Amino acid sequence: MLRFVVRRLLQVIPTLLLLSLLVFWWLRSLPGGPATALLGDKATPERIAEINRGLGLDQPILTQYWLFLGRVVSGDFGTSTITGEPVLSEIARFMPATIELSVVALLIAVLLGIPLGYLAARYRGRPLDVATVIGTLVGVAVPVFFLGYLLKQYIAVDLRLLPPSGRLSTGIDATDVTGFAVLDGLLTREFDASLDALRHLVLPAVTLATIPLAVIVRITRASVLDVLGADFVRTANAKGLAPITVRSRHVLRNALLPVSTTIGLQVGLLLAGAVLTEKVFVWGGIGTMLADAITLKDYPRLQALLLMGAVIYVVVNLLVDISYAVIDPRVRLS
Amino acid sequence: MTTFTARRKARIDELAGGRSLTSEAFRRLRRDPVAITGAVVVGLFVVVAALAPLLAPHGAAETFVELKRDLRPGTIPGPMEGFPLGSDQLGRDFLSRMLLASQQTLLVGVLATVIGLAVGVVIGTIAGAFGGWVDTLLMRLTDVLLAVPHLLLAISVAALAANPSQTTVIIAVAIVGVPIFARLLRGSMLAQRESDHVVAVTALGVRRSAVVLRHMLPNAIGPVIVQATLTLATAILDAAALSFLGLGDADPGRAEWGLMLAQAQAYLDVRPALAFFPAVAIIVVALGFTLLGESLREALDPKGSR
Repeated sequence: MLRFVVRRLLQVIPTLLLLSLLVFWWLRSLPGGPATALLGDKATPERIAEINRGLGLDQPILTQYWLFLGRVVSGDFGTSTITGEPVLSEIARFMPATIELSVVALLIAVLLGIPLGYLAARYRGRPLDVATVIGTLVGVAVPVFFLGYLLKQYIAVDLRLLPPSGRLSTGIDATDVTGFAVLDGLLTREFDASLDALRHLVLPAVTLATIPLAVIVRITRASVLDVLGADFVRTANAKGLAPITVRSRHVLRNALLPVSTTIGLQVGLLLAGAVLTEKVFVWGGIGTMLADAITLKDYPRLQALLLMGAVIYVVVNLLVDISYAVIDPRVRLS
Repeated sequence: MTTFTARRKARIDELAGGRSLTSEAFRRLRRDPVAITGAVVVGLFVVVAALAPLLAPHGAAETFVELKRDLRPGTIPGPMEGFPLGSDQLGRDFLSRMLLASQQTLLVGVLATVIGLAVGVVIGTIAGAFGGWVDTLLMRLTDVLLAVPHLLLAISVAALAANPSQTTVIIAVAIVGVPIFARLLRGSMLAQRESDHVVAVTALGVRRSAVVLRHMLPNAIGPVIVQATLTLATAILDAAALSFLGLGDADPGRAEWGLMLAQAQAYLDVRPALAFFPAVAIIVVALGFTLLGESLREALDPKGSR
């Protein structure tokens, strides 16, 4: 087991190094170089030279990469050109909102997706299955931001059932402890704040959950169908085991292995979907930060977010692989 | 020579039960209602896109006094004489824009997919054919591209351009597909390398380039073509997402469904049709490509013939 973990960890290192090279090269491939991009219309030769010196762009390329690596490792991503604040502290401030949203979305997708996928497989070919399959196909084809605006317009604005945007209503007095609005309310015993935060979470989380939900349903369905046809399930049934035991201990347990990998892969989808969802619901998380960075061409921010998104994705998938090896001993051997 | 090749091919077909995998797959596709639905949707889309300039009564950028007369904040004129779908938010004929947009949407989707496919196939072929350190290096590179969540990758590429344009959208969406195609092709190339027919032609002394290009590649490309069909759907959706983030085609003279949908969000309470028409068009077309791709995958799967 330890050998597997070490081997997997070693495999990640070249990926991360190449990734840093890619991100390093990315900023330097800007037309006219980063200085022109940073300054825009205000570019004068003196200012460009000044910025280039400031970024160390007058040094040899290898030295530059070395310095860049050093800065990244120490968490220095430069300062945002929009706010003038260090990018790292910005990320720390915006991160809880996005984590909160993604976790709730992933919970919705998993808690709804696995039972739905299982039921669809069990009643294969019946109306429930057909409806589920069609639903998953349509779910992936709907542009995320369109779905968000639909929910916002018809449920929040027209029917007034839920708040249309933001994380908390104005007038709610909430103490900021961790940055996670729901958790803060519970910690400080301001339960009305928690409830208000939850109400704000519903629509964005549902929007963000659609695509992961569709994917999880499809994989669960396919995987359960696979296991249902396996010899050991027939044997278990023939032994006269109670159907509930066969379903839970034999079918579901084995069928969930590929599903766990898929859930790990969804983290990437959530990060990307958050950019769109947060823009629709004015959420004020990492996604909003990224969207603003695009409009205002804030390259230090973009660079940091690009690197962070990829690192999170790589680390999560590493963790999934390791947990997979814990669940399924066969993986360790291959 | 040709007669010999033809005779040999006929003999091979006979030995194989009379049908090649391709014709077998095609036969199965024709019986599959899902495949037919997908093919009809895609076919209609392509026909409309090709004929759009003839079908559209007006230009994409043309504004009309009749439409602009009633255009003020809070009202956008609906269907009227000569304008079956009414106006858009700037007093242009909505029907014409919907029709013309099909062409741009198809163009962006197809070009992005084809460019991604071409680059991916080159990388995958080289990696799969040479193996060794070339393979390792190329696959580490694709790993890195795959490590970036795909929309984030498209955003970072599109954000590099000083001004967003149709070209930057196409390139950004194309790059997302490259690692997927490369990995897929490399995998099936590796499987080919070990197969008997490749060992046989290598032993016969056929040139290496011929082995790769004439014996391995044609047999390995199937899954990649299926993936390309599915990628067309995501390419259209990704392009729409880029438009929504302000990284879309900036040319006001061109209409594109993704951009129309992105811009119509602001008028959802005034005239929802402006958003619904392009949204439904995107959903239906994406669904069409997905259905076609999925049934193609099933039809080409040799396991399915049992």
